[in-house]
Amino acid sequence: MNASWVVAILSTAYLGLLFAIARFGDARADAGKSIISANVYALSLAVYCTSWTFFGSVGRATSGGLSFLTIYLGPTLMILCVSIIVKMIRISKSQRITSIADFIASRYGKSQLLAGLVTVIAVIGVVPYIALQLKAISASLDIIFQQTAAASDPWWRDSTFAIAAVLAVFTILFGTRHLDATERHEGMVAAIAFDSVVKLAAFMAVGIFVTYGLFGGFPDIFRQAADFPELTRLMALDETRAGTWASLILVSGFAILFLPRQFQIMVVENVDEGHLRRAVWLFPLYLLLINVFVLPLAIGGLLHFDGRGVNPDTFVLTLPLSQGAEGLAAFAFLGGLSAATGMVIVETIALSTMVCNDLAMPWLLRSQWLNLAEKKDLSGILLGIRRGAIALILLLGYVYFRAAGEAYALVGIGLISFTAVAQFAPAMFGGMYWKAGTRVGAISGLVAGFAVWLYTLLLPSFAKSGWISRSFMDQGLWGWPWLKAQALFGLAGLDEITHSLFWSLFANIGLYVGVSLLSRPGAVEASQAERFVDVFRYDQRATENHLWRGKASVEELVALLERFLGPGRAHQQLAAYASSRKVGDWRRLSADAQFVQFAEKQLAGAIGSASARVMVSSVVEEEALGLDEVLDILDEASQVRAYSRELERKSRELEAATAELREANERLRELDRLKDDFISTVTHELRTPLTSIRALSEMLHDDPRLELAERMRFLGIIVAETERLTRLINQILDLAKLESGQAEWMTGKVDIAEVVRESVNSLEKLFHDKQVAVATDLPEEGAAVVLADRDRLMQVMINLLSNAVKFVPAGEGEVRVTVRTEDAEVRVEVADNGPGLAPGDRDVIFEKFRQGGNALTDKPQGTGLGLPISRQIVEYFGGRLWVESQPGQGATFVFTVPLPTRITPERKTT
Amino acid sequence: MTYKILIADDEPNIVISLEFLMKKEGFQVAVANDGEEALAKVDSFKPDLLLLDVMMPKKSGFEVCEALRADPSRAGLRIVMLTAKGRQTEVAKGLAIGADAYITKPFSTKELVAKVRSILESA
Repeated sequence: MNASWVVAILSTAYLGLLFAIARFGDARADAGKSIISANVYALSLAVYCTSWTFFGSVGRATSGGLSFLTIYLGPTLMILCVSIIVKMIRISKSQRITSIADFIASRYGKSQLLAGLVTVIAVIGVVPYIALQLKAISASLDIIFQQTAAASDPWWRDSTFAIAAVLAVFTILFGTRHLDATERHEGMVAAIAFDSVVKLAAFMAVGIFVTYGLFGGFPDIFRQAADFPELTRLMALDETRAGTWASLILVSGFAILFLPRQFQIMVVENVDEGHLRRAVWLFPLYLLLINVFVLPLAIGGLLHFDGRGVNPDTFVLTLPLSQGAEGLAAFAFLGGLSAATGMVIVETIALSTMVCNDLAMPWLLRSQWLNLAEKKDLSGILLGIRRGAIALILLLGYVYFRAAGEAYALVGIGLISFTAVAQFAPAMFGGMYWKAGTRVGAISGLVAGFAVWLYTLLLPSFAKSGWISRSFMDQGLWGWPWLKAQALFGLAGLDEITHSLFWSLFANIGLYVGVSLLSRPGAVEASQAERFVDVFRYDQRATENHLWRGKASVEELVALLERFLGPGRAHQQLAAYASSRKVGDWRRLSADAQFVQFAEKQLAGAIGSASARVMVSSVVEEEALGLDEVLDILDEASQVRAYSRELERKSRELEAATAELREANERLRELDRLKDDFISTVTHELRTPLTSIRALSEMLHDDPRLELAERMRFLGIIVAETERLTRLINQILDLAKLESGQAEWMTGKVDIAEVVRESVNSLEKLFHDKQVAVATDLPEEGAAVVLADRDRLMQVMINLLSNAVKFVPAGEGEVRVTVRTEDAEVRVEVADNGPGLAPGDRDVIFEKFRQGGNALTDKPQGTGLGLPISRQIVEYFGGRLWVESQPGQGATFVFTVPLPTRITPERKTT
Repeated sequence: MTYKILIADDEPNIVISLEFLMKKEGFQVAVANDGEEALAKVDSFKPDLLLLDVMMPKKSGFEVCEALRADPSRAGLRIVMLTAKGRQTEVAKGLAIGADAYITKPFSTKELVAKVRSILESA
């Protein structure tokens, strides 16, 4: 029959035209003259309107009345939220995002697992939608050829399979000539925009034909419909279905953002954020125009074919055909074809990118089957994978069409897909606005939501067409009524979409939020969260550079690019990058952080961010992010605050340790200096008497005729100086022993009064020579008995007494010794009427070799070590030694020795 | 001519030795027991050479030497420093502030006399 030839030629011509437009668009893009204007962008968004819109809206209107509008209200409301879309675009550009799977994976720490999961959900979720397109084209062909659909035909005689095959070949030719997915498919976008114009024109042509040709305009149709109560109902808002309206608006609002093809067109293919301003009104206007004639066509069809069993989904074709307007019918067929092809092309390209980057690549990168190290150029393999993925997706669509396609109207099938992609909403919105969302949370939410969707929507769609048993729907899984697939936990009375949407999002959001709150993000995750949520705040270039530290070689990175992009494309990109860095030849680039970023982004364009991350880290020796860098960037993430506190604590500890070390070092230096001073002083003290001894000896030796008196005087001095030397050496050794703790102590009961008496007696000659009066005030015998070394105490007493004698004036000197028991100690005072001590000297005299200023006149008798030694001794017995004095009023040296505790029990209790 | 020697030291026995030694060599001798007295005796006694101990009360030998060298009218005064501290740094310091010789204690009487003579005669 002629019709089939006409249809074949028309279809081929139309597809050829699309191809030509795409080639033209690509050529212009390559020449740097993009044809993507704001209008083209806005029109390309209308890829949202598929054959579901073209045929299915009318069908839906015949049963659900105005509820078909919800599918367009949702997107209209969503696109008005420009800020959300701008944010998605900005993030995607800065992160070089290639798909929605890439977006989610990248946000949650470039997780391959998450990327794969999103891809699986997207593919399975969208397959019914592809089937819908096949079904629509197939049905429209049946109408044109006036055949009846025969689903029982084997597949090789099934025209739908042929359609799927043709679409696969066309999409492969169309969409996978280039490799880099972030290189926008400008030609494709242009062709899709053209598609949008064709389907709108075709639909409106049919609408005008029916409304003004078949009927007498809008008023006529509605007046005629008013005669039938069931048609009047279609034109009214049904308040009892408000819940369904709400859920359909919500689910379609999500779909405009998260369907893989919408994400592709709206975000990935966007060339200028400014284009959104046009899209904000042009896209809703487009939706309005394409819906104006839906109700007239629905009512017109019902009135015209009253009860003749014509499928309302085909009214757009059957109405013109029934009037013999074959040209218009052909145009309508083309419109439906364009709606279907546009959707299939963009959807399968987007999905094939995801399958290739997020499922196939990670597997290939790990498997031994493909030895990546030996392959110089992998771009061919990548293209092959994408082509295979396109064919596979269309095949799955066909399988679903055969399995479940007959059970549903067009709209019903589409909504199953919408509900599936709605599962991305929590992870997407959370990812863009909630920094605490974690990878584990996103995975949990997605898995749960997807599982619920599978159980409550996808499996029932198989069951309804008889492919699997209905028992899990009617009786519940394992016979548990609360597990009835479309009435979970007894929630009956909702339509299946609302029911599934409610439970899947309930599980999804609940687990996403709950698990996120319970888990902690890793460093990469947290930094990605910061970059996504605060994308407008950070200068991307600046943050990326200082987030990376490591070693890389240009050769290895270039080899990587050549392998995945192909040498030609890799060199082209390298040259462009080199010139942006103002380097003449890319071979002279240095492998700095920026270059690694560049390479990773180029790879991300080819194989997705998660796989790119793996590949780059395989050749780059990366250091873990420094905490301080992470801190700079992640100041708001909670675990970073914990890091920060930890760091601050560590830093404080370090500072404290440093200070302690510095202090210890100071002390050591001081001790070293003291030791040097001590040695220097000892040297001086030893050399001084030696000087006299040597000089005088030499003179005696050199001059035998020296007078006897001189001789005796010199020899006397020599003897005295020798004694001084001996005393000095003994005291130095004594002090050294005391200080090092090696002195020997003969500790026993000592009566201090007796020690004082004996000391005074031993110095009697000294007192007598200088005519010094000595008085003692001592307690009765046995009252001042302490545990000490008797000889050492004697040493202290003699030292103090001989000091006193030294300083009191000859003839008028007075020295008074008092011993008294006070509290738990014995207190000994040696008071003189000498010149006293200046306040500054009171401490100095206890230092080694430091004598009071006026001690110099009588130097040979003092070594400057007596008081330091005495203090060491007293302190050894647990007492103290100090001096109380005012200049001109004499000095009183005081020392204490504690009484043994068992002697003074009653004293202690009072 | 008879040279005049001023001995400045706070150790009585060393002063006795030096005084005896210098007088026996035929020099005219005066004694100071601390730094300030040394400066005063330089003015009153006008010695040709000063035997100057470093560790002295009131003013150290270094301070005395610096004060004397700061006065151009006393450029002809020879100074021989004596010290019981024999560190190299102190020898260097003594010479740097203008002492003609720096002798560490204990010294050889013959060497001291020879040094004093050679300094006096080279002037």
